[in-house]
Amino acid sequence: MQGAFREHRRAFESLNCEVVEVRKPADLQGIQGLVFPGGESTTMGKLLYNDGLGDRIKELAAQDMPMFGTCAGMILLAKYINDSDQYRLNLMDITVKRNAFGRQIASFEADITIPALGNDPVRAVFIRAPYVQEVAPNVGILAEHEGKIVFVRQGNMIASAFHPELTPDKRVHQYFLNIISEYQ
Amino acid sequence: MLEIGSWKVKTGLAEMLKGGVIMDVTTPEQAKIAEEAGACAVMALERVPSDIRAAGGVARMADPTIIQRIMDAVTIPVMAKARIGHFVEAQILEALGADYIDESEVLTPADDLYHINKHDFKVPFVCGARNLGEALRRIGEGAAMIRTKGEPGTGNVVEAVRHMRTVMSDIRRLSSMPKEELMSAAKEMGAPYNLVVYVAENGKLPVVNFAAGGIATPADAALMMQLGVDGIFVGSGIFKSGNPQARAKAIVLATTHYQDAKVLAEISQDLGEAMPGLEIATIASTERMQERGW
Repeated sequence: MQGAFREHRRAFESLNCEVVEVRKPADLQGIQGLVFPGGESTTMGKLLYNDGLGDRIKELAAQDMPMFGTCAGMILLAKYINDSDQYRLNLMDITVKRNAFGRQIASFEADITIPALGNDPVRAVFIRAPYVQEVAPNVGILAEHEGKIVFVRQGNMIASAFHPELTPDKRVHQYFLNIISEYQ
Repeated sequence: MLEIGSWKVKTGLAEMLKGGVIMDVTTPEQAKIAEEAGACAVMALERVPSDIRAAGGVARMADPTIIQRIMDAVTIPVMAKARIGHFVEAQILEALGADYIDESEVLTPADDLYHINKHDFKVPFVCGARNLGEALRRIGEGAAMIRTKGEPGTGNVVEAVRHMRTVMSDIRRLSSMPKEELMSAAKEMGAPYNLVVYVAENGKLPVVNFAAGGIATPADAALMMQLGVDGIFVGSGIFKSGNPQARAKAIVLATTHYQDAKVLAEISQDLGEAMPGLEIATIASTERMQERGW
């Protein structure tokens, strides 16, 4: 659609997974999991709203289809967005704050620990990134950075504030593929 | 270890802009229209390129007040232009908090020999290029994103097409060369050897490449996307047209659905007048912005 879809495609293909790009409702045919890449959440929101793609995705979410959002994708999955009435899919019980670490000049990379992925830290790239301010009790926190929640899971949905698609470490993508296999 | 403004973070933001449209705006109101239409970023300017062309004289970095007001008005990234070689304008834009700096031939160059050393900055840079050598020189200097130069402010896409086709054909040429020919190719192109090797091995630029200069219609945007660019800059094409709201939205949709002629036919309807166009041959070569930069 818009954003870093090519990097996600490469990451999943390196894990022997077939990838299709979704731009309109018909493209959703036959998929087993959905990824919302990093990009601009307002841009992607317009495109989701425009031809009913978002409504179709909400129906799939109601059937527990696994979904994975990074950065802008996390914002689209959230129910609550601090200080914004922009379009969202309204699926995860989290409150996110946009551009929460600051403008581009404050964008950074750092090592974070994700216990679900083992002891080796993950190099996480944050670009004008959001973080999660609040989670409902049914949402699991997978990782924090300096006390800010940056990776969460609710049922078959995961969302990260950072961009695992920009680094060679494929553990986050493998984690999502495991969710899909369990769901099948 | 925490690292701010790394190469990954600079090129990463450009990756996030892919498949999107970056629109030139001169007021907070225009910035809001652009955001509402689905722009993935805006370029904050004092005047759009066609007005700069008409006004003549020396074109400089925009008044920081304008850039600040536009940054306050929208949540999407805000880019701003600095003159070629004017590293102090770039320092000012970085201090303001601009998200990307365009070291741009649309403004009057401040240095007739050297571009800015963009590695010195935490903020990422985008630069224009007409061919692969120029693109790799800019990347060598630290540009984290490339765009075609096109001929800005003309509403005529022919130069952007030529620049994109040239870059693609240069890349194809390198990809088919045996390794021993690459050093001579680097010398011929005036490009850093390590980047020439990268392009030969990977068949693509090491950074995101957008189209810019002369894009005026949804069909122009889709044409550039089909030629292989990663996204679109629209300068004068939106706010110099009859119905900026409708045209902005249509160009965003055309950039997403660039391979779907049915969608393109639908969204190209009822957009009002496109911006007035200029035939390139009527512009004296000394007036051509694309000739600026070295």
